[in-house]
Amino acid sequence: MLVGRGRAGAQLDSELQFHLEQQMAENRAAGMSAEEARQAALRVFGNPAALRDQARETWSWQWLEQLLRDVRLSTRSLLRTPGFSLVAIAVLALGIGANVALFTLVHSVLLKPLPFPEPDRLVRIFEADARGRFKDNIVAGGDFADWQVRSQSFEQMAIKRWQHHSLSGTQGQLPEIVEGQTASWNLFSILGVKPALGRFFSPSDDRPQAAATVVLSQSLWKRRYGGDPAIIGRTILLDANPYTVIGVLPAWFTYPDSRVQLWTALYHEKSPLIMTAHEAHNFDVVARLKPGVSMEQATAEVSGIQAQIRRQFPSGPVNDAVNLRPILDAEVHGVKEGFYALLAATGCLLLIACLNIANLLVARAAARQKEMAIRTALGGSRGRLVRAQVMESVVLAVAGGVAGVALAYAALQWFVSTRPEIPRLDAIHLDGMTMAFAGAAMLVCGLVAGVIPALSSSDRHVLEALQESARSHGGSHGKVRLRRALLALEVGLTVVLLVGAGLLLKTYHRLRSVDMGANVESVLTMTLDLPKGSYKDAPGIVSFYERLLEQVRSLPGVRGAGLSTTLPGEGHHRDDTFTIAEHPPLPTGQLLDASTYFADPDYFKTMQIPLIRGRVFVNDERLERAKTVVISQTLAHTYFPGEDPIGRHIVISVVDPEARSYEIVGVVGDTREDPAAPVAPAFYFPFLGGSERTVSLVVRTATDPLSLALPIQRLISGMDRNLSVADVLTMEQVATRSLADTSLDAMLLTGFGGLSLLLAAVGLFGVLSYMVAQRTTEIGVRIALGARRDQVVRQFLGDGLKPAVYGLGIGLAASAVVTRLLRSLLYMTQALDPMVLVTVSLTLLVVAALACILPAWQASRLDPMQALRRE
Amino acid sequence: MGKPSDLVQGTLDLLILKTLSPEAKHGWAIAKRIQQISGEVLQVQQGSLYPALHRLEQQGWIKAKWAESETGRQAKFYSLTAAGRTQLEKETESWKRLSGAINLIVQEG
Repeated sequence: MLVGRGRAGAQLDSELQFHLEQQMAENRAAGMSAEEARQAALRVFGNPAALRDQARETWSWQWLEQLLRDVRLSTRSLLRTPGFSLVAIAVLALGIGANVALFTLVHSVLLKPLPFPEPDRLVRIFEADARGRFKDNIVAGGDFADWQVRSQSFEQMAIKRWQHHSLSGTQGQLPEIVEGQTASWNLFSILGVKPALGRFFSPSDDRPQAAATVVLSQSLWKRRYGGDPAIIGRTILLDANPYTVIGVLPAWFTYPDSRVQLWTALYHEKSPLIMTAHEAHNFDVVARLKPGVSMEQATAEVSGIQAQIRRQFPSGPVNDAVNLRPILDAEVHGVKEGFYALLAATGCLLLIACLNIANLLVARAAARQKEMAIRTALGGSRGRLVRAQVMESVVLAVAGGVAGVALAYAALQWFVSTRPEIPRLDAIHLDGMTMAFAGAAMLVCGLVAGVIPALSSSDRHVLEALQESARSHGGSHGKVRLRRALLALEVGLTVVLLVGAGLLLKTYHRLRSVDMGANVESVLTMTLDLPKGSYKDAPGIVSFYERLLEQVRSLPGVRGAGLSTTLPGEGHHRDDTFTIAEHPPLPTGQLLDASTYFADPDYFKTMQIPLIRGRVFVNDERLERAKTVVISQTLAHTYFPGEDPIGRHIVISVVDPEARSYEIVGVVGDTREDPAAPVAPAFYFPFLGGSERTVSLVVRTATDPLSLALPIQRLISGMDRNLSVADVLTMEQVATRSLADTSLDAMLLTGFGGLSLLLAAVGLFGVLSYMVAQRTTEIGVRIALGARRDQVVRQFLGDGLKPAVYGLGIGLAASAVVTRLLRSLLYMTQALDPMVLVTVSLTLLVVAALACILPAWQASRLDPMQALRRE
Repeated sequence: MGKPSDLVQGTLDLLILKTLSPEAKHGWAIAKRIQQISGEVLQVQQGSLYPALHRLEQQGWIKAKWAESETGRQAKFYSLTAAGRTQLEKETESWKRLSGAINLIVQEG
């Protein structure tokens, strides 16, 4: 009947008109004039519009009408108590909003398949250790070449790696540093992507002797070239070398993430030597499994090949097994645990919010017991009354949910801008799936929060409720018990959240206070990259950087300047294996390994890295005279136990494939690459050897380091206007950047914990105030009979604190289990850290006591006469 | 389906169903018929009649069809459905019980 209402309406009009005409005809027959007959008929007929409405009302869908009526009634009843409704909606909005945001993150980043055809056959292959010591090592070019030739499990296999370039135009446009990837020609066909414009690499582009070609991302093409299709065939400069643009990627293609601006052909970029070496681990491998081949079969096959390679090269850093991961897992497994921990936390928060609303509704139901009793007495069925109550909470949940989705949208925008390093950021959207989740969350909240109080309002005691007008205490004990149970649960969940937050906060503080091994205050850093095209050889590179250092040092406010390829706190960049000339040869298969840095003589002084023994580099140790090495304290302890390392020689192929010998001249203090990782052995090679083009400039300043950023950048562009700098940061920023994840997780979890603590406190306060109000008469009688006021306070405090204490017990027990899941996120912090547990317990008890003290005090202040007269 | 407590409404439903039991009629004829049979005691107002008719139709006890009336004009004719006949029997039964009971009380004194 909802459809075709218009026609039905016309028919109704016609039906009523017929009736009117009949009446008129009868009146005429009775002898009236035409006009009189019409007037009389209309008089009898009444108001035709009202009649039409009355008839129409019988048509509409019964259930829809009842639903709308229920919604209308609930809304009206909620509007009568706007304070309660607003609080409830705000609480639910926070709960639902946080969950929708986290669900969106988990769904978009961790669960949604990558947008490639048949993504379940796409895998990443890592090198691994047969004894299981590591399993996600990057791949050596020679290993990949062997797998590609000998394995049968894959349709195709591609190799790639990150590579950044200094991009400029041939007409002297402003240079910029762009992130790119270099990949074998078949990567795009493995992923199943088609060019938006032009073509992708062919096998003939992917050779050392081929002409240089480049494929642009859609965003770079739009941003820098205005989306001009004539870009195909044009030449652009990468690191001052000409590259021909052959194609543009579609906009949706943002693999491995949206930072990638352009792609080059790997076998054109890399030397054949590197691509056949088994010792130099540099690359990512992406492969497509043949249909019907399982991950296990493929892993076993490639591991077999790798084990054979190991037998061929028993001495070098060559692995003996591989590890396959589904491509999505390989990209996101780093953020998985943090996301799931936060999702669990928001789940807790939502449950607490629901319990709180249920609690408030129980109180409401109690206050409306008489109304309910009257409705029951008047014939309202139990089901109908329950439905009306549940409808109230559903209306609240829907209102809260709508506000929550808006909140989630804002939260996600903020999150995306705060955590640019999260993989697949561009996949984060509020989509249909999220909306379905939000809808489900609203419904579940509404039902949970509504059914508990609705079922608690039993209609068996109609008469009692009606008679209770005289004495409003008994009969509600069941309700108070229920509310206490809800509160204990709420407190328990709060404790779990607070313990989790406490552990992460402690971890964060531990990480913050880790000694980085250098003085990070008042140091400005920036990264430079000399293009191959204009700085062809070592003397060119060295002379540029020496001139740069000289000019920077002459700037006012500069206390010192130095260069290093890796900064403390910046993460791991590179390590190499080596031997010690003076030591006996190692047994086959055993390797020495350390992190490799290149630094100039002044770096140590500038960063205030302490010299422990010997000396650092001197300016004369340059180019072919760069034959010395400075080692870290941990390297000295690890590889020269009980002997003096000074004067020994490290044999290593660090600048070219040929192994050379370097004399150890000094030992310096340890620095940390990652505050959360243990200190690794490290050695510094002379930057003035001229082998490195990319380096970080560090400048110690007298005042605010950022005030020198512009003068130094101006100075650099004065030396070479095609040179651009990246990552202009203070050293403190560099050191804390690696803590961003932990700090955000800790901050969010603390926020959720604080919020639930507040909710629990509100709940406690509400229950106790309600109990005091319910028992006013009783208290009055007791005080009149001589009960002391402090006894009353004690009794009510006890009543209020009991659920808090039970909840604390439940929460601590649950934390013991739950925090185990957090273990991988913790650093130097036990999953059951006694200090965190004690702090949380004390905080909770104090907050609970504060929430209880006011109602308890109010109870003791009651004037017995007034209390007794009240009813 | 109709609420037993709603005496007036229930009675009008019974009257309409009873009036329709011999043959299909349009609204005007139903009102006239009730008026005639009751000896002009019961006057059915249009304001009650048409909502009642539509409700009975919604409940499936009567069905409607457009046909030509005695005056040659198109009119909506209502007739009983099978469910309507059952309902009529049920309501007649309960009416007899109720009116009998009321009679007993009224005549007692």
